[in-house]
Amino acid sequence: MALGFAAAWWFGFGSESGLDSTFGLNGRGSEIELAPLTLPSRETSLLLAAICVFLGAIQLTRGFGKKANLILGLVVGCFIFAFLIWAARDDSLNLLGMLQSTLLRSVPITLGALAGLLCERSGVINIAIEGMMLTAAFTGAIVGSAAGSTTVGLLLAVGAGALLGALLAVLSIRYRVDQIVGGTVINILALGLTSFLSAQILARYQNLNSPGRFRVIEIPLLSDIPIIGPLLFANNLFIYLMFILVIGINVALFRSRWGLRVRAVGEHPKAADTVGINVLRVRYRNVILGGMTAGLAGAYFTLGSVGRFDENMTGGRGFIALAAMIFGRWNPIGAFGAALVFGFADSLQNKLAILQVPIASEFLLMAPYIATILVVAGVVGRARPPAADGQLYIKE
Amino acid sequence: MKTDAPPEEQQRIEPPSRKSRPLLVDALIIPLLALFSALVVGGLVMIFADSEVARAWASFGRNPGNAISMSWDLVSSAYGALFDGAFGNPTAISETLLSSTPLILAGLSVALAFRAGLFNIGAEGQMIAGMLAASWVGFTLDLPAVIHLPLTLLAGFAGGAFWGSIAGFLKARTGAHEVITTIMLNFIALNFLTFFLKTPIYQRPGRSDPLSKEVAETARLPSFGDYRVNWGIVLALVMAFVIWYLIFRTTIGFRFRAVGANPKAAAYAGMGVAGTYIMAMAFAGGLSGLAGTANLVGVVYSMSPGFLGYGFDAIALALLGRTHPLGVVLAALLFGALRAGALQMQGVAGVGTDIIVVIQALIIMFVAAPALVREIYRIRARSAIETDAITKSWAS
Repeated sequence: MALGFAAAWWFGFGSESGLDSTFGLNGRGSEIELAPLTLPSRETSLLLAAICVFLGAIQLTRGFGKKANLILGLVVGCFIFAFLIWAARDDSLNLLGMLQSTLLRSVPITLGALAGLLCERSGVINIAIEGMMLTAAFTGAIVGSAAGSTTVGLLLAVGAGALLGALLAVLSIRYRVDQIVGGTVINILALGLTSFLSAQILARYQNLNSPGRFRVIEIPLLSDIPIIGPLLFANNLFIYLMFILVIGINVALFRSRWGLRVRAVGEHPKAADTVGINVLRVRYRNVILGGMTAGLAGAYFTLGSVGRFDENMTGGRGFIALAAMIFGRWNPIGAFGAALVFGFADSLQNKLAILQVPIASEFLLMAPYIATILVVAGVVGRARPPAADGQLYIKE
Repeated sequence: MKTDAPPEEQQRIEPPSRKSRPLLVDALIIPLLALFSALVVGGLVMIFADSEVARAWASFGRNPGNAISMSWDLVSSAYGALFDGAFGNPTAISETLLSSTPLILAGLSVALAFRAGLFNIGAEGQMIAGMLAASWVGFTLDLPAVIHLPLTLLAGFAGGAFWGSIAGFLKARTGAHEVITTIMLNFIALNFLTFFLKTPIYQRPGRSDPLSKEVAETARLPSFGDYRVNWGIVLALVMAFVIWYLIFRTTIGFRFRAVGANPKAAAYAGMGVAGTYIMAMAFAGGLSGLAGTANLVGVVYSMSPGFLGYGFDAIALALLGRTHPLGVVLAALLFGALRAGALQMQGVAGVGTDIIVVIQALIIMFVAAPALVREIYRIRARSAIETDAITKSWAS
């Protein structure tokens, strides 16, 4: 309800009547063109605000029960839409572009969350996703340039991730280093190594830092569907891989024998051991797989997005990925949804800067981090991690 | 479970073996060997990253002596310059002490948090928060030095304490894991810094770049003679003693240690776990705030955007010093020496300063995995299982 009133106050009365917000709906090169959606700013915001207030009133008087979360999501959605309308008043905002940017920015977060998922479902906390991503990004850039092929770069980047995953596994399983300490060590090591090598090698040999990027692959017929087409079916390899992995890991984890074993090890390793599952081997395997996925995420930065390596280019996204994993309740589809939220926050600050919204850019830059805190603080109490998460397993 | 054996059998005491080693030697050997191993691996990285030496290795078959001697030259000149830059002359020693000051304070911060079972990765953000508060006091108020300096230091402590307590509060109230919240708070603080540096309150008049006003003369730490080292080192050592006293000789310290060892048992004994978390993070944050303030009023006198770079080192220090204030001080002196010598190493041997980060990460790794060091150097273990359990459950 508060959201509704806030929306009414700021957005409704903040914009003068008579202004229009134009929402572009076309991507590049789409066959079917939709006319841009033009909405009268003030009226639409007030309408949305009214909806929020109405729903809030019902919540206060009667309550929605189980559907409360859904209605809350709806209210938040209306709020955000009203915010966009206000931001875009008398100007135009490419809605499709925004959705595309959201999806793209959520790719590394999703992949990172999947990596964390694979590890944690088998009971190993993986804080080192950030370090794995950074190392893989670096490896992808340098190998891709040296070998002149993005594919080779990608393969070695995934390999680098697997290597760090193996290191984490060895440290925490064999040498019984505390998993968070081990993960932090890997993060620091990755940051130091990549910064050092980047300064020593890449700064001197610039040609080793231009690996090129993966091309966009358009799926012929499907990419012509208005709105959804360019969004989902005209992307590069990474986004397709991400979709495949999200669905694939979901199926593997919850509907296969392998997944059952993994989850057993994560929930109650001792019981799994008595049934004959090799707990340590499952953990090793999962952590290495997680490392590979994190490597994929890292490779996205250099080979799928920017095209060169910059020091510390992951910028904390490995940790946001962990938050997405928690928000998604240790579940691939949930993690993907959470990553979309973060990706939206991330792309929001970019678009708003273009629109010259009168909010200091630093606050917008903070948005994904604040969102992460809100998520972790609000959800952790209710979500349940695998029961043996983070615990040593000592075979007797 | 053994059944109750007759008293005589239970009382079997092993005679002290001739090969038993005193505990102190054990506590020193492993860290020293860890340091040695880290330097060795660091040297390998240096060799690998240097193009000339790499070429010498490429022609190993034809001229093996050359490759080995070039490698040795590189590493020895690098480490030699490092040592020289750190201890070679009084100026160098002054630089070492100067670098160690914020490290001691930040290391104490992380160590204190560890004692309460909390992993404080937020030292960077807490330093920024402390600096923001301290610099405002520093350039706004005009008081005699005897009041101004302590007030500035106090403001720095308070700012950091506030920022740290946010994470503590989140953990206490919602169970949000402090690793994620503190890292997010780091980035948020960073953005706040950039924002504030652009506001007229903070920005230096006459400049358009984000640089803060200078701290008044009366708020600066006096230095020793002509050298750059100042009373900050005294402050740091005094705080080390204070923290030692706090942890081991006061009730509050006992609460920290009890909650850190076993939160459930502590709660059962009637200690408020939530309040302890908040207090511990507040103290830890305050110490980091002091670290940033010492840097501010002792060396740079104004703020510029960006992390200070002591945060991750602090974690290494806390681990290296086994979370004991004395250990932290010694470790901080070591790291201060590394930093002071790094510039010399870069100048003389052409090895980039980031290698220090790599060496530090390796030190942590070897120190956190004593079993690994043992295995490399074949030292028998004292006890059967050796773990420093710092990880608390994700959703506790």
